[in-house]
Amino acid sequence: MPQYKFRVNGAQGTVDSWDPDQPLLYILRNTLSLRAAKFGCGLGQCGACTVLLDGKAVRSCITPVRQVAGHAVTTLEGPGMEELQAAFVAEQAAQCGYCTNGMIMSAKSVLMQTPHATLEQVKQGLAGNLCRCGTHTRIMNAVMRVSKA
Amino acid sequence: MSTVSRRQLFQIAGGALIVRFAFGQSASKSLDPAEVDSFIAIHADGSVTIYTSKVDVGTGLATAFRQTAAEELGIPVERFAVIAGDTALTPDHGGTGGSSGIPRGAADIRRAAATARQGLLDLASKQLNRPASELTIVDGTIMHASGQKVAIAALIGGKSFGLKLNPNAPLRNPSTYTVVGKPLPRPEVAAKCTGKHPWLQDFTLPGMLHGRLVRPPSTGAKLLSVDESSIRSIPDVRVVRIESFLGVVAKDEWAAVRAAREIKATWSDWKGLPGSTDLDRYIRQAPVEKDQTITTKGDIAAGLASGAKQLAATYYWPFQSHASLSPSCAVADVKESGTTIWSATQNPYGLRANLAKVFSIPPEKMRLVYMDGSGSYGTNGADDAAADALLLSRVAGQPVRVQWMRADEHGWDPKGPAQLHELRGAVDASGNISAWETQMWVPDGPGGSRALLGPESAGMQQTHGQGAGLMTLNLDPPYPVPNIRIVSHHLKDTPLRLSNLRAPGKIANVFAAESFADELAHAAGMDAVAFRVRGLSDARALDVLNRAAGMMDWQSRRSPNPNAAEGDLLVGRGIAYMRYKQAENYVAIGITLAVNRNTGAITIRRVICTHDCGLVVNPDGLRNQVEGNIMQTLSRTLHEEVTFDQSHVTSTDWVRYPLLRFPEAPVVQVALIDRPTEPSYGAGEAASAPVAAAVGNAVFDATGVRLRTIPFTAARVKAALVKA
Repeated sequence: MPQYKFRVNGAQGTVDSWDPDQPLLYILRNTLSLRAAKFGCGLGQCGACTVLLDGKAVRSCITPVRQVAGHAVTTLEGPGMEELQAAFVAEQAAQCGYCTNGMIMSAKSVLMQTPHATLEQVKQGLAGNLCRCGTHTRIMNAVMRVSKA
Repeated sequence: MSTVSRRQLFQIAGGALIVRFAFGQSASKSLDPAEVDSFIAIHADGSVTIYTSKVDVGTGLATAFRQTAAEELGIPVERFAVIAGDTALTPDHGGTGGSSGIPRGAADIRRAAATARQGLLDLASKQLNRPASELTIVDGTIMHASGQKVAIAALIGGKSFGLKLNPNAPLRNPSTYTVVGKPLPRPEVAAKCTGKHPWLQDFTLPGMLHGRLVRPPSTGAKLLSVDESSIRSIPDVRVVRIESFLGVVAKDEWAAVRAAREIKATWSDWKGLPGSTDLDRYIRQAPVEKDQTITTKGDIAAGLASGAKQLAATYYWPFQSHASLSPSCAVADVKESGTTIWSATQNPYGLRANLAKVFSIPPEKMRLVYMDGSGSYGTNGADDAAADALLLSRVAGQPVRVQWMRADEHGWDPKGPAQLHELRGAVDASGNISAWETQMWVPDGPGGSRALLGPESAGMQQTHGQGAGLMTLNLDPPYPVPNIRIVSHHLKDTPLRLSNLRAPGKIANVFAAESFADELAHAAGMDAVAFRVRGLSDARALDVLNRAAGMMDWQSRRSPNPNAAEGDLLVGRGIAYMRYKQAENYVAIGITLAVNRNTGAITIRRVICTHDCGLVVNPDGLRNQVEGNIMQTLSRTLHEEVTFDQSHVTSTDWVRYPLLRFPEAPVVQVALIDRPTEPSYGAGEAASAPVAAAVGNAVFDATGVRLRTIPFTAARVKAALVKA
């Protein structure tokens, strides 16, 4: 079975995949038991599956594992998420919380590029992430809490 | 098997360890909703578990339960954990829905805790040899003024109460509350933010297979043939076909996804749907099963004739989807010894009863375990997914996890029905409403269990309930009218399967009623707030309305806004009021917005909400619900419509069924009015009901154009502006 070598949350690893087009999401969840990233659409439309690839937010549900080889993946379980996680908890910025992984990972990507992002920049940065419960206000407040820190 | 290995350490909630038992192991746990032990267990370490059939689908209900029980028992709230929706462990005191979690669910738990408190005081009275009336409970310890004390855990820890729920057990006086009414963070939020939360979607069992469904290309198509060679290149896939039910199971999830996507099947032609284009006209003419007169008083014709101004208007609300962020999921393990199903259903006992019937399994041989999924807002595809998993596990002889794909959820979740409202009304010379008539047409059939998709395809016998949930409440205007007629026409058939979708019927009903009230106010030459205030006498109604107006710095004037223009934008304000289900929460929503006169795009700038649900249990949890109701209903108002052609639903992804996105999210300000001596109403729905009307009224204020068809897409608004 073909093997793919890449870093996950700082550690180097190798995974098998019978299909080079298997999306990273399934590898993370089923092979590596990293289940924070969620399946929402499989179409790259909702953001629930967001992870960082070399520090940039990508939709793991449409990122083939072959494209990940040689790169570095960071998930919600990985290092560097603590400040945003604490801010989300402080603002109680979740209802069902199924989108939360994507919200934090996309926010992380925004803040890595623009540490003191404005509200408008945060809104644009999260434009591709859907929240069905309508927790937008709290999510924005949580991200702004970090961006203002 | 050792005791430890038969237990699955499962969840940390509220500081206590929740232990899941293997099937059939919990026979000693009382499930009788008349028994205190069914609801509450105090453990030897002083921790407390609350058992309930009412599940917390992200609403904060479990935390409100903990606060309620902690308050009555005098035990710190941190020691409480909740186990919800497990038919082997929790009493059946109803499913979750209709905002009943607090008024009914918390009331049951409060009664159980109050009874338990009396039982504890009696026990302590004997042990300390002091009258129970001289004892108090502080931080889990029963105290006497003499200094004598005994910890509750020492009195009862690990033992049963053996008490029947006492409806007359004295309740704590709200004026002494220290836990209820105070904001309390929900413990699961931290786990949700770190990826550690035990989601249904993440649940696995040894030997578990992944299942995916192959739905027909049209709603009524029959499966003619399957070419299994079409997926020969995908490893270890088994095809499951039962009549027109087609699914695949595989060890590898991606293999199941690909197999379901790539398998070649031929289906019969079927074109039995009316299509969603001009569905309003279709619904108006469709055969009616039942006419229901909701309210009738006075003489409509005379009332209309006596008015100084007569108006007539037609409002339309389309089919909408729950549009849950996760496609529905379930895990089923069918064994000779018993069947276990893990599901995010809002009604664990109801689903078990239906599955037991449809699959001819005795209910006592079936265990339904609720686990958190994504928000459901009513009955989404969760119940269907449970049936799918059961079908597949039964054939495969192994546990099967099913997760639908996006198109399955958008295409096949039971929908909130379309509603058409025709209104007539009149105002007299001094601005009083002299006549009001509302007729609604709605495809809302008899209740009972809904037909489950998988069993339907598999040709299994089942009931075909088509209820959508109290669709006729809030058809009545909240204002006094001497001549009134409210009629609901329930259609014989529905093009799409129905279920309860958040605030069923009430959002569209209030959209029609409160938009039409605005039209009457305009016809009367009156300010929208002044017109409403003069019709209301209930002090709580007036309070929410006047406070909302105050928060908006409402200037009394007639609509439209004489100073609406801001460059390409037209700005306006709107307000709407209702009392939920005509008997519960009082809510007013005020909205300011801008309409781009070139594109028709609506930008919501600010939403004000004043909300009175009686006693507030957890203000922060409540606020989260109210904010969510508002944001979700803005999405439903501006963007959402299920579209379908003659064969199937066509709005099957997030592009064709768009939701409100962050750049559109307005500032939302919520004022909670706490009334500690009034009963609590649930808040899972109420704030959603006035939202669409407030938006429509604000668009009229901005543009002078009345929008009567949902959703208010830019294209629709632009067309209306051009026509005006």
